[in-house]
Amino acid sequence: MPATAPLPTAHRDQAEPPLLQVEQLSVQFGQHRVLRDISLDIPAGQTLVVLGESGCGKTVLLKTLIGLVRPARGEVRFEGRSLSAMRERDLAHLRTRYGFVFQGAALFDSLTIADNIAFPLREHTRIAAAEAHEIVTSLVDEVGLPRSVLGKKPVEISGGMRKRAGLARALALDPLVILYDEPTTGLDPIMTDVINELILRVKERPRVTSVVVTHDMNTARKVADRIIMLYPLFRLSPGESQIVFAGTTADLDRSREPRIRQFVEGRAGNRLTELQDEQSLEERS
Amino acid sequence: MTQTPETPEPRAPVDTGSPPGVTASATGGIGHWFANQIANLGEFAIGRVAAIGDVSLFALQTVGWIFARRQRREVLLPAFYQIGVMSLPVVALTGLFIGMVLAVQSYAQFKAIGLETRLGSVINLSLVRELGPVLAATMLAGRVGSAMAAELGTMRVTEQIDALECMGANPIYYLVVPRFLGCLILIPALTIMADFMGVLGGYLYSHLLLDIDYHHYWENSRAYVDAFDFLMGIFKSFFFGAAIALVSCHHGFHCGHGAEGVGRSATNAFVHSFVLILLLDLFLGIWLNNVHDFFRPEGPRRLL
Repeated sequence: MPATAPLPTAHRDQAEPPLLQVEQLSVQFGQHRVLRDISLDIPAGQTLVVLGESGCGKTVLLKTLIGLVRPARGEVRFEGRSLSAMRERDLAHLRTRYGFVFQGAALFDSLTIADNIAFPLREHTRIAAAEAHEIVTSLVDEVGLPRSVLGKKPVEISGGMRKRAGLARALALDPLVILYDEPTTGLDPIMTDVINELILRVKERPRVTSVVVTHDMNTARKVADRIIMLYPLFRLSPGESQIVFAGTTADLDRSREPRIRQFVEGRAGNRLTELQDEQSLEERS
Repeated sequence: MTQTPETPEPRAPVDTGSPPGVTASATGGIGHWFANQIANLGEFAIGRVAAIGDVSLFALQTVGWIFARRQRREVLLPAFYQIGVMSLPVVALTGLFIGMVLAVQSYAQFKAIGLETRLGSVINLSLVRELGPVLAATMLAGRVGSAMAAELGTMRVTEQIDALECMGANPIYYLVVPRFLGCLILIPALTIMADFMGVLGGYLYSHLLLDIDYHHYWENSRAYVDAFDFLMGIFKSFFFGAAIALVSCHHGFHCGHGAEGVGRSATNAFVHSFVLILLLDLFLGIWLNNVHDFFRPEGPRRLL
């Protein structure tokens, strides 16, 4: 495993003032450390793709960006304000400027699709029901869902439809930042590309900043302005940065770093042997 | 989530100064075993204290949100319907059978001393003071508590609770407060229903099957059961309702991963609610008897 880490400045973009800043962020659950000393600036309007294998902490990083997970050390700042220092009420208000697209859509089972999409509008605006319905209808059209799904419950529609309904709900309050957690996982190739197209269209909205967590290289290539790649902490040398790559899609393709090539080309390499060794070590301990 | 594999540190040999014939590893082993037991006990105690603190904070936040924001009808009514209306048949059935079973079990003893007409007093007294509230609460802990824990647990596992937070909505306000208010208000109401059905069941069995004269049955019931007995049971049921809601919602909110986690939180919600109902019943019973004695120093009326 090479000990060289990419330069921390490689993922700093000085051209735009950063909308989101991550400073020396460490997250742990009990004794289990997931993220260590992550520093990252996300300028307004950028689409950042976070790559990495399962369990490397991508989703935890995403949830830390919206304050769902509290860091053990370091902080996340939105427009210069630290999320950790905010009161619960301020944090709740700030979250209305985010949209979060969950891996499993996380639509409320007890509500219809229309009520799910209208939920943020009812919660945070005083618009009339007719106007809310109009917004819901236009969002449904935007993500390519038939209007017939509006009266259905989430369990009555397909996985691809649920993902699009989840995206429509995330767009309801016209957010500044959209966080996508594995937006294409579990979808067929055509629906995967439909979601990629939708992410690109959302990107065209003025001032929208996106963070896409994925392990799908097609998604990364299609939507990314910038890519970072996280590596699981326990596979790193001590002191090595957890961000093993930061750059553009072209930089990713040019990279000769074996760990990055292994991920990009989807090769198992010695991973099975490593996993078996780790398993036997765990059993012994 | 992947666990970090840790290499076990080699343990240095310890000179224990053990007598000849006893190996160092044997005494070290026993010492190590004792140390481990003490450490486990300490860990268990810390875990319990932390859990009690966690539930208390959860309860405080719930009570805080009741007053912090106006409750919405469209959020409250579905929870009330699930807790109250849907529980009516099962609670009525429970009450009816408790009354009848009490008549079955008490009859032989009362008949032996020729006081079977006083059966109504013992059936109705046991029913409104203890069995009605406790068994109705137990039934509701199983029907309502487990369902709430499973529903909230599923919402946790499928990230619906995270989704609420991401949309700037407070999950305690949306999910816990309606269930808490539903249990707090409707479990006492359901207890009244259980009491009524129990009184009816006891009377029907006594009059129709045991052939006890209805006039004496009711006269004795009226003479030995007063408003305090009835209100004591209802008073306790407010605490049972609050306990069921808080324990079950807390288990749902802190559900483990996957279907197994949801199943475990539903089971634990029932078990812990039941234990809490029994504990509350004991301590509230002692306290309420003292309250009774304070207002009526002559003590309770004698049944026999």
